[in-house]
Amino acid sequence: MLIFEKSRTGRHLTLLPKCDVPIVMPEEKDTRTLDLHLPELSENDISRHYTELEKKSRGVNDGFYPLGSCTMKYNPRINEDMAALSGFTEIHPLQPQSTVQGCMEVFKTAEYYLTEITGMDHMTFQPAAGAHGEFTGILLIKAYHTSRGDTKRNKIIVPDSAHGTNPATAAMAGYKIINIDSREDGCVDIDKLREVVGEDTAGLMLTNPNTVGLFDKNILQITKIVHEAGGLCYYDGANLNAVMGTVRPGDMGFDVVHLNLHKTFSTPHGGGGPGSGAVGCKEILAPFLPKDMVEGEVGKYHFVNAPQTIGRVKEFYGNFLVVVRALTYCMTLGKEGIPEASSHAVLNANYMMNRLKDLYDMAYDEVCMHEFVMGLEGLKKETGVSAMDIAKGLLDNGIHPPTMYFPLIVHEALMVEPTETESKEILDEAIEVFRKLYHDAKTAAESLHMAPVSTPIGRLDEVGAARNPILRHKF
Amino acid sequence: MNVVEGLMYSKDHEWVKFEGDIAIIGITDYAQSELGDLVFVNLPEVDDEVKVGEAFADVESVKAVSDILAPISGVVCEINEELLDAPGSINESAFDAWFVKVKDITDKDNLMDAAAYTAYVESL
Repeated sequence: MLIFEKSRTGRHLTLLPKCDVPIVMPEEKDTRTLDLHLPELSENDISRHYTELEKKSRGVNDGFYPLGSCTMKYNPRINEDMAALSGFTEIHPLQPQSTVQGCMEVFKTAEYYLTEITGMDHMTFQPAAGAHGEFTGILLIKAYHTSRGDTKRNKIIVPDSAHGTNPATAAMAGYKIINIDSREDGCVDIDKLREVVGEDTAGLMLTNPNTVGLFDKNILQITKIVHEAGGLCYYDGANLNAVMGTVRPGDMGFDVVHLNLHKTFSTPHGGGGPGSGAVGCKEILAPFLPKDMVEGEVGKYHFVNAPQTIGRVKEFYGNFLVVVRALTYCMTLGKEGIPEASSHAVLNANYMMNRLKDLYDMAYDEVCMHEFVMGLEGLKKETGVSAMDIAKGLLDNGIHPPTMYFPLIVHEALMVEPTETESKEILDEAIEVFRKLYHDAKTAAESLHMAPVSTPIGRLDEVGAARNPILRHKF
Repeated sequence: MNVVEGLMYSKDHEWVKFEGDIAIIGITDYAQSELGDLVFVNLPEVDDEVKVGEAFADVESVKAVSDILAPISGVVCEINEELLDAPGSINESAFDAWFVKVKDITDKDNLMDAAAYTAYVESL
């Protein structure tokens, strides 16, 4: 039941203190003519409403959440403690810079840590989340070419295994997208890349490890081919959790990267954020960075604008408290802890994959990075049980489903990313559930078509929802 | 799987029906069953040029958005506007739910007949 349906006229709750400044009304022409539709409930009603919603929802605190490519790692409580410090929360974006030196130090320190991890020279924290970071990064590439008068470069190369946001980003930035097929092993086909690069290549967008969870061993050759053609290389940081502190995108030859602080650096996501799509770049792209980069030293920080800045990509400084959380994570783990987290993520994924591959077909049967992809096409042909059915069956067993039907190059795909923060016991339990569901598929397929039956809401009519969406409440 | 005799087929699972100088194009029953329930269709405009092997339309299922690749080259002379409001009709009857009609046809030599397409799908 929606909060609006629980509303009763006249049931008030006084939230705001008595006004202690003069009341100034806008001119009549600027005032609303219709009442706002605000729900009217007592504090008790509201409290129960949200508690009820919380019980119906599922988060990383409820159990195993192996959502591939989303890195649903545990978000340590200390991050929240730091983000709740009044020095970070009781500020205004327009107050004098001399009074927010601590906050500016957060940006500068986070930039120091994260450029070290990525092998970049500078970093902006303005973009609100991943795709926004991609857009910012591609705008930097565009500004670079334009500044050199090199306007014939109108194409961005994207492999077919890429996240859908990559071609969408390039299109938003006004580029034509050149899609190149992956090889059998999901890696970039070097020969095909050579064929498509040229005078019109603005850049390449790539994730490494790639979308099927494999590290592209030809990465140095790939970035070299693009650079020799005059293009720049963009690193999508979606999969950085596999390699942070071990390999740096900057050393692989990338010129610009985005990080999903809300994935890799343990800030909350799911449910819509807020996220942070920090963008790091090499020195050659620094002149174009978004406005308000922090410069200076302790106690003397100030905001500066790069000489040929692309402008502002978000109001003020981005989602600042997310940066506080990510910085806390970096400082908690330190130089040794960061790569250790990555290696545990990789170990956990390989452990699960190897304990499941006698039953489930693996799309790529080799050592994986932080996630692995199962292809359930064979199981579906044999039993009629699809990746969707297995995913729904997991819900009945207290596990959030993995990413489904992605990457697109694998049919009936389930992409599993256990993350480093799960113990062997949790992984073993999950493995047993996956194995049980496999046997259910063979012996009781019908029950899986019906799943989930133990959740607050059963199998959703996804087709009906997509064809006839109800997008707003009708008062 | 349903394959209709008398139509021509592409490896990308489009069907083509030749009527005089016009080609009618849709996607096969196999394609719709692989894509799953379709919820959105995007068609080209009349007079758009289509080129064999290049995307001329796209369909969205609850799983993903997929490009529909042109099985021949030519110029769009009519689009099935009804399809835009009823993408589900592709799932119900793929061989009736045509996407576009194309004139000035070229590059039509790489198509398969029903028997060859059936064998091709079975080999997948």
